[in-house]
Amino acid sequence: MEVIMAFVIGFLFMAAVYLMLSKSLLRIIIGTGLLSHGAHLLILTMGGLGGSAPPVLADGVTDMADAIPQALILTAIVISFGVTAFFLVLAYRAYQELGTDDMNLMRGTDEDDE
Amino acid sequence: MVQVLFIFIPIIAAIFIPVLFKKVRGLHTGWFVLIVPVVLAAIYASYISQVMHGETIVSEVNWIPSLGISFISYIDGLSLLFSLLITGIGALVVLYSIFYLDRSREQLHNFYVYLLMFMSAMLGVVQSDHLISLYLFWELTSISSFLLIGYWYDRDRSRFGALKSMMITVFGGLMMLGGFVLLSIMGETYSIRELIAQAPTLASHEWFTLSLVLILLGAFTKSAQFPFYIWLPDAMEAPTPVSAYLHSATMVKAGIYLVARLTPIFAISETWVWLVMGVGLFTLFWGSFFAVKQTDLKGILAFSTVSQLGLIMSLLGASAVAFHVDQAQDTVFKFAAFAAIFHLINHATFKGSLFMIAGIVDHETGTRDIRKLGGLMSIMPISFTVAAIGSLSMAGVPPFNGFLSKEMFLTSMLAMKDFNILAMDTWGAVFPIVAWIASVFTFVYSFYFVFKTFTGKYKPELLPKKAHEAPIGMLISPILLASLVVIIFFIPNIIGDVFVKPAVLAIQPFLYDSASDIPIHVSAWHGFKPELFMTLGIFVVGFLLYLTIAKWQKLYKIMPDWLSLNRLYDRFMTFLDKDLNRFSKLYMTGSIRNYLIYMFAFIVAITIGTLFAKDAFTFSMEGTAPIRFYEIIIILVLVISTITVLFSKSRLTAIIALGSVGYTVALFFVIFNAPDLALTQLVIETVSVALFLLAFYHLPKVSRHEERIGFRLNNFIIALGVGIMVTLVALSAQSQKLVPSITEYYKETVNTLAGGGNIVNVILVDYRGFDTLFEITVLSIAGMAILGMIKLRLSRKENEHENK
Amino acid sequence: MKTNDVILKTTAQVVFFIIFLFSIHIFLAGHFAPGGGFVGGLLTSSALVLLLLAYDLKTVQTLLPINYTIMTASGLVLALGTASIGMFLGRPFFKHYFDHFYLPLIGDTELHTAMLFDTGVYLVVVGVTMTIIQSIGGDD
Repeated sequence: MEVIMAFVIGFLFMAAVYLMLSKSLLRIIIGTGLLSHGAHLLILTMGGLGGSAPPVLADGVTDMADAIPQALILTAIVISFGVTAFFLVLAYRAYQELGTDDMNLMRGTDEDDE
Repeated sequence: MVQVLFIFIPIIAAIFIPVLFKKVRGLHTGWFVLIVPVVLAAIYASYISQVMHGETIVSEVNWIPSLGISFISYIDGLSLLFSLLITGIGALVVLYSIFYLDRSREQLHNFYVYLLMFMSAMLGVVQSDHLISLYLFWELTSISSFLLIGYWYDRDRSRFGALKSMMITVFGGLMMLGGFVLLSIMGETYSIRELIAQAPTLASHEWFTLSLVLILLGAFTKSAQFPFYIWLPDAMEAPTPVSAYLHSATMVKAGIYLVARLTPIFAISETWVWLVMGVGLFTLFWGSFFAVKQTDLKGILAFSTVSQLGLIMSLLGASAVAFHVDQAQDTVFKFAAFAAIFHLINHATFKGSLFMIAGIVDHETGTRDIRKLGGLMSIMPISFTVAAIGSLSMAGVPPFNGFLSKEMFLTSMLAMKDFNILAMDTWGAVFPIVAWIASVFTFVYSFYFVFKTFTGKYKPELLPKKAHEAPIGMLISPILLASLVVIIFFIPNIIGDVFVKPAVLAIQPFLYDSASDIPIHVSAWHGFKPELFMTLGIFVVGFLLYLTIAKWQKLYKIMPDWLSLNRLYDRFMTFLDKDLNRFSKLYMTGSIRNYLIYMFAFIVAITIGTLFAKDAFTFSMEGTAPIRFYEIIIILVLVISTITVLFSKSRLTAIIALGSVGYTVALFFVIFNAPDLALTQLVIETVSVALFLLAFYHLPKVSRHEERIGFRLNNFIIALGVGIMVTLVALSAQSQKLVPSITEYYKETVNTLAGGGNIVNVILVDYRGFDTLFEITVLSIAGMAILGMIKLRLSRKENEHENK
Repeated sequence: MKTNDVILKTTAQVVFFIIFLFSIHIFLAGHFAPGGGFVGGLLTSSALVLLLLAYDLKTVQTLLPINYTIMTASGLVLALGTASIGMFLGRPFFKHYFDHFYLPLIGDTELHTAMLFDTGVYLVVVGVTMTIIQSIGGDD
């Protein structure tokens, strides 16, 4: 299962990066969303997919899933939500102010630095 | 515990200042601030009798116990003296500032917050026994000094001066940190006391000299020694109370403190003696020589401070010689450390009062340009008296305290040539000569400062304001300091026993058992010795030079401006700013896509390269979980959804497909026994989709732009590279488990140590609570940023409406 | 765009309370069973989002006059405060304490300072999510 997952995750990353490199703002945001899904699955898979019970103490359960990746992912999920929301607002504010969502047209100019 | 808290009292008090400033408009905020240094000074004064009898007071609070970093407040003679200077002068300066800074026009809350922050930082520097916390406080003084110099931030000069002082002192601070780390590696401890205890063994270490030089860089930049002094004159843009406090009495003495504190460790080294004494003496000469060139009152004082700091530094260097001779108690070197500390006290008194007078002159006449001033004696008699006392003390004239310490300085310098160690017998004669010349110039600029301002012809037409005497409140602090200048002259031995000797004991702990053993008695008259004739020579030559100043002051113009250190600094900064910027523009094109491509390409190249170079890639199917039928279905759904996202033309399809990827991931969490994750993912996905739909209202309709084939191919290659990299990493990570999972520890202790059952949640709130704390902080920041992006614009729109 | 959706509004009211109570349950269960501050907070916000969808922003704000920015801030302060309890007792930052207490009505209960920390997390999550949703929704 882990081997298949490795390929699936690779595919997710590929799609995410491809989207992030495109010109349109919305596609970039979707790309970051995919990237975080990929990363979550990667962490989960790296911890091993074995274990027959959730990592909660209960009588008679010894073979439980690894808790550390889960804790890491839980943090990551919430953060990626915050980041996505931030990106979304940044994107639509940029669109409103600049009138375009084309990244090629949005690059900063020297005048902006001064 | 309590004693460490004293350090933080100012910074805690600072929290209330903005509130007091906003709410209590009737009373000057300074009156509240004044309480802090007065109380602290009283507390520290209560330690005097204990410390005088050789006791030290230690208190400790753990800060980062796992790294062995803690706040240790260690009070011995040296720390106590500095603490008293900081709080005592601090109180006077705050009192002075109440009358100097106008309540209605100035940003008082900013000013006093910075000032209190500085006070804490400075107390921390002089009391820390731990090198790392010392460094922390050290940098905090740089930062608060930066803020205070830039207090009038709408002035170009202020910002320039603030940045300059910051650049130079922080550079020095970083060097010093390096030195500290080396020192701690050598001694295997961060505690200064423990390092001093093993001082003799450290000297043979190969890094000894390197760490010495690095630490001296920190001390020299902070104490404005040549060639780093250039920030101090520019720091005079700060409000005058700040100049009096930070840039003459306290902060610039942090370097002195550091050198004094570490003398027991480093004095054994020849490099130390030569560097500290040489640089100090040269700075003394350089500062006094260029002080005469200045036309700004505070400029004169700035250069004079540089020069006086050099004097103290050179004395500390001389005191280190005592470690190289036998029976140092009986030689004349015993004077050096005593003279250094004694002069430090004296300097704080007379220079503090002079700065305040410079501020008063500026305040009451509207200018500090000495060419426009003159004849103020009859208009401002009290200020004149104070200025005269301060200046004469600075010039080394009796009956003022400067005379005593200047005499001791000359004694120490004269002694240099009599010793045939450290190649002193060939070069030793240079020291008294340089010291003498510098003293002559000191005499000249002292007279120049006071008599050009207060005597001569009154030129009311050049003054922006009509001159008059300052209000009495503003005069209290300088008068107090000036009276100290006189009092100390008559009771030098009481000061010596109470303050100086305990401090000397900290500098030369190997020489004496207790402070009372130090065999020094200060007297104004000690017979017809060489130093007396030197002093008389200084008076005569100095007075002649002062009388003829108009004739030779022009000589300074001969030196071309572009040769100066200031120009060198400016050119270096321009180089950093403009030329390096031009270079970085070559690859920083401003397009995010380019940056992403750089990053991804390098990450892929480095990771895959390392994988194969280190032969880390392995593949095995061992220990993998079995593949179940429904898992295949979920994977298929996931892949199809992802492809839909990639190729969708409409934004709605893309979002729904993304949501479907998210829900599939949640399903994965379910089948892999992660109920917490599954729950969270489900809810987050729902909220996210709602968010996307809300944001859609504002976003463009089309989801993609026309992209050329080459452009897409380019992106595809990078994306493919990343995908392959991740797969390879995942496969090899899966195929080799080098260490067992640490999760066993959590399993065993979750109930006994944390009293919980759900390991994931307990990890979040207990074992790794820091992560969670930072996470919710980041989340809050994101929320506030979003709020800001939306609301701030609304208010701007409203403004535009009003303008119409 | 004003719609009169009686069914949606009535169901939303009921469902809101169900989700809300469920979220509190999930939140409190966190230490021993799946759940905790994050999930609880997110569930509560999703319940609020449901209300927002059924009614409009203004109505919800008059019904529940909560300042979410302050909620976020107090959550952060609570979390930080709980974490620093240890420091005042001479223990490291983030030392948690727990013990058994007898509470009236509920009986023997285990109380944790970790729970307080989690409450901070809960407040922050609800605060931030609602801040985001409200600011985007309120922007026109």
